Amino acid sequence: MTVVAAPVPEVRARPAVVPGLGNRFLQRYGTLLILLALCLVFTIIGPWRTTRDACNLWQQVTSLSLVKNGQLCAPVFASQVNILNLVRQVSVIGIVALGEMLVILTGGIDLGVGSIVGFAGVVAATLQRDNAGLLPSVLVPLLLGGATGLVVGTVVTKGNVPPFVATLGVLAGLQGATLVFTNAQPITGLKDDFRTIGTGYVGDIPLPIVIYAVAIVATAVLLGRTSFGRGIYAIGGNESAARLSGIRVDLFKTLVFVISGLGAALGALILTARLNSGQPNSGQGYELDAIASVVIGGTSLSGGRGTVLGTLSGALLIGVLSNGLVLMNVSPYYQPIIKGAIIVGAVLLDQLGRRRRT
Amino acid sequence: MDQSAPPALVEIRGMTKAFPGVQALLGVDLDLRAGEVHAVVGENGAGKSTLMKIVAGVYRPDSGSIRLGGVPILNESPRQALERGISMIHQELNLAPNLSVAENVFLGRAPTRGGLIDWRRLYADVEALADRLGIDLDVRARVDELSVARQQMVEIAKALSLDARVIIMDEPTSALTERETEALFDIIARLKSHGVAVVYISHRLDEIFRVADRVTVLRDGRLVGTLLIAQATQPQLIGMMVGRELTTLFPKESVEIGDPVLEVRHLRRKGALEDISFVLRRHEILGLAGLVGAGRTELVRILFGADQLDGGEILLEGRPVRIRSPRDAIRLGMGFVTEDRKLQGLVLGMNVRENETLASLAQVSRLGFLNLGRERTLAARLVDQLGVRTPSVEQEVANLSGGNQQKVVIAKWLATRARILILDEPTRGIDVGAKAEVHALMSRLASQGVSILMISSELPEILGMSDRILVMRQGRLSGEFTRDQASQEAILACAA
Repeated sequence: MTVVAAPVPEVRARPAVVPGLGNRFLQRYGTLLILLALCLVFTIIGPWRTTRDACNLWQQVTSLSLVKNGQLCAPVFASQVNILNLVRQVSVIGIVALGEMLVILTGGIDLGVGSIVGFAGVVAATLQRDNAGLLPSVLVPLLLGGATGLVVGTVVTKGNVPPFVATLGVLAGLQGATLVFTNAQPITGLKDDFRTIGTGYVGDIPLPIVIYAVAIVATAVLLGRTSFGRGIYAIGGNESAARLSGIRVDLFKTLVFVISGLGAALGALILTARLNSGQPNSGQGYELDAIASVVIGGTSLSGGRGTVLGTLSGALLIGVLSNGLVLMNVSPYYQPIIKGAIIVGAVLLDQLGRRRRT
Repeated sequence: MDQSAPPALVEIRGMTKAFPGVQALLGVDLDLRAGEVHAVVGENGAGKSTLMKIVAGVYRPDSGSIRLGGVPILNESPRQALERGISMIHQELNLAPNLSVAENVFLGRAPTRGGLIDWRRLYADVEALADRLGIDLDVRARVDELSVARQQMVEIAKALSLDARVIIMDEPTSALTERETEALFDIIARLKSHGVAVVYISHRLDEIFRVADRVTVLRDGRLVGTLLIAQATQPQLIGMMVGRELTTLFPKESVEIGDPVLEVRHLRRKGALEDISFVLRRHEILGLAGLVGAGRTELVRILFGADQLDGGEILLEGRPVRIRSPRDAIRLGMGFVTEDRKLQGLVLGMNVRENETLASLAQVSRLGFLNLGRERTLAARLVDQLGVRTPSVEQEVANLSGGNQQKVVIAKWLATRARILILDEPTRGIDVGAKAEVHALMSRLASQGVSILMISSELPEILGMSDRILVMRQGRLSGEFTRDQASQEAILACAA
């Protein structure tokens, strides 16, 4: 046969090769923008005060001066104390949410993290009470969290049990185990060195915030700079394509549950140290806050799409909301309602953005 | 054509339909008469299914008309077609697997009494339908407990319950045994006697000669002709189906074929493959032809470790190997471009760079840490080498055209430096220009020493690109041709 290279015609014109840069920007940084806006709102409409007493902001504005009785009026929300306190509170859920995000990126879900927080917490407290020393009190709970993840991952990948079901089992089982273990009584008697995990400082920064920051950087590096992280995105994006590309799908899916369990246990250590006791009901409902942080942060529940920055913003958003509402004397009973609306609203916005894109 | 013909029940005139990049139908005329079995034949992509899906309301035509009993109609939806008495039985059956036979037949239309389903009447009605078809059907059985053949009968009963005047069957026997096929033919005979017009789409010419009254041949979306089956011969139909000149030119360079690289011996997989043996050599493009469902994809999935074999041996360069996973296959130097690039080839949410390096991450990383600079360089080089038209390697692949997406998939295996490349329908759904580029690339790779195993349902592609051609039929190898021996007619005869 004669060999004739066919002329290469121009490729069909693709409409808008860069589809809606604005939308992509919103998708990436939307949560962060909402977070900043919320901070601004709470700064302005939240309470202002001098070091001694509250200011009436309106009076100050009309008198064109922020000075009252010779002292400066400042927003309570934006004060250093409040911000550090807020982030320290967020750090526990924030760390749990990082692990949760990895699971969700593969297209799975981990409902067990809250119960792991509870269980790991009382184990740590018990070890402390029984004078086991700092290192075992830290390592054993971490090991338990990781082992739980290993079991879940194995059941999911080898047993073909949906992650929802496997981790629902962990949610119920470990909650019960915590109650049995503690007889539903708080465990006290923590030593000072362990308590430092929750109460210590590095310079001016509370230790939990430092730990959270390290976890954020580590997760970002893992997702962005390792082949494991690339595999996580690939599995969530298209599992069969990932498998056919030689990605170790089962191993990676198991590992994300291990990391999620480790994250939950790490959160438990901070929480227990801050509470100065192992509370049998601590951690309950954390799985929902963690999932909410991840989802508000723009991670797709079907996997393959999501960023550390988003999850950080999501966790902070929930924290800022609680903090701001408390400062404004809103009854805490309203908080879940507002949180619920924000979760649905965030995902709705994300979906609308995506529809416009395609 | 015979003059004494009764007036047509359905008259299709000038039917035209284009999909992006493909003219699926162009000005096709077709008449269907009450009480006839009308076969529609043609190669893959000839437009058979498209034409019938228009009649059944699945697609809307670009232009053309349909008259039913002399009245012009346009079926806006399958539901509307059903109401007019046109039913289509698709290759993939549309039943609710966990409901009973009777519930499926009257799905959404079950007889009620006082607002509740009148079960007794439902069962009686369905049994009456089964009687009319002359079949013995347990109307209370759950559909997922039935064989495919039985499920098909449920579909036919359902069509009949809707007073279907036209029943379209798309490859109805592709999943049936010989006995079941006979049973289906009995049912078709009954439908005929009830005055139903049956459209029978099939690749299997011997079946058509048994069951059809007339046959219409389509080629490249155009009508070639309609014949009375009594006046047609098999070679004549094949000639009409393939009788095109090779308009596309394939740039296969002839190269010296090298030593065996991959050898398959007596490979077997239960229910799919039986006793497959062949050799693939260095520099060779080995074409794998056959009808849809002949087991070609099943075979290459086993070679690539995506499915496991039940018996037989695979040898690479003379050494027996066990390939338990795609990972094993990749390590042994294999690459696999899947039939469906969106479902299995690409991660659509990822960009060009990430997709290209997905199978070779070890190359661009150290101790598990990616070297993004090295990755970008590799990705850019591949984009260059394959002429992928993309603004940058950071572009999401979802935004590329089909041809460029396919190049990205191929690039993934160039990145691994695969020595054996399995291509399953490598040019399906991509435009002519990209097709020519993919062909040129295949040829270049072969001359560089890569061995290529190519599945294609397009005979011109098989003939143009292959050094040697294997034909599969029903899970077995049914023929082997050298480039010089092969012809479309010979391959089709072997495959059907």
